[in-house]
Amino acid sequence: MRKDSESNGLSRRRLLAGVGAGGMALAGAMIVVRDVSAQAIQPGAHLEVLNKAVGGKQPQAGKVRIRMPEIAENGNTVPITVAVDSPMTGQDFVKAVHVVTDNNPRPELMSVFFTPLSGKAEVSTRIRLAQTMNVIAYAEMSDGSLWSGRAEAKVTIGGCGG
Amino acid sequence: MSSARIRLPASIKKGETVEVKTLITHTMESGQRRDSAGAVIPRKILNKFACTYNGKDVIRADWASAISANPYFSFYVVAAESGTLEFTWTDDDGTVTKESAKLTVA
Repeated sequence: MRKDSESNGLSRRRLLAGVGAGGMALAGAMIVVRDVSAQAIQPGAHLEVLNKAVGGKQPQAGKVRIRMPEIAENGNTVPITVAVDSPMTGQDFVKAVHVVTDNNPRPELMSVFFTPLSGKAEVSTRIRLAQTMNVIAYAEMSDGSLWSGRAEAKVTIGGCGG
Repeated sequence: MSSARIRLPASIKKGETVEVKTLITHTMESGQRRDSAGAVIPRKILNKFACTYNGKDVIRADWASAISANPYFSFYVVAAESGTLEFTWTDDDGTVTKESAKLTVA
């Protein structure tokens, strides 16, 4: 029995995965309908925003840490901390951090501009997440290097109003 | 109107890096919502935040509509000397809300 179904390419695992994907697609469709007033989510729009902010440069992975709750019950106010490893001296500091999301109606989140007077390249705030998604940050250093980090938050109640 | 609150550690040693916590009341209307008649409620958010310390730039931030209502923002500053921290929040309509806090080093 099991062998048969597997030879058909229809194992239990695959079947469940398929149902899961279908569910996701349905949830996506519902959100598009709800946000039809604004604009549909453009895949890749968050990368365009980041590219524009840093002049098309490609980052290396590392140095940027994003802390969020793994499961955010209320997408209207999700706590987030973005920290960049840097001594923050006059010669070696973080100039800017650009933060975006990959599944909100608009990808922009914030850009933070530090100075050596900041002492520590770390900020915390609270954000809106319409659904489960990734938050991606690029950090521009004073030596011109570019670093990136990401984190995912699972959202049970979306936070776009409507 | 917006009203702001600032929180600093109770005692600060000279040269220490301290956390500054800020909170301001604002609806941060995202521009994604509709009213009961179905019309889009226009965006109205605080789009800029800045902090200076004795007149020198500490940090600036550009905020988008994904920042939650009543924005909380915390960051760090090197407490090199006693002085004044000044904070500004800029609304989409151009209104600037200002707040200041005394920073005293021991």
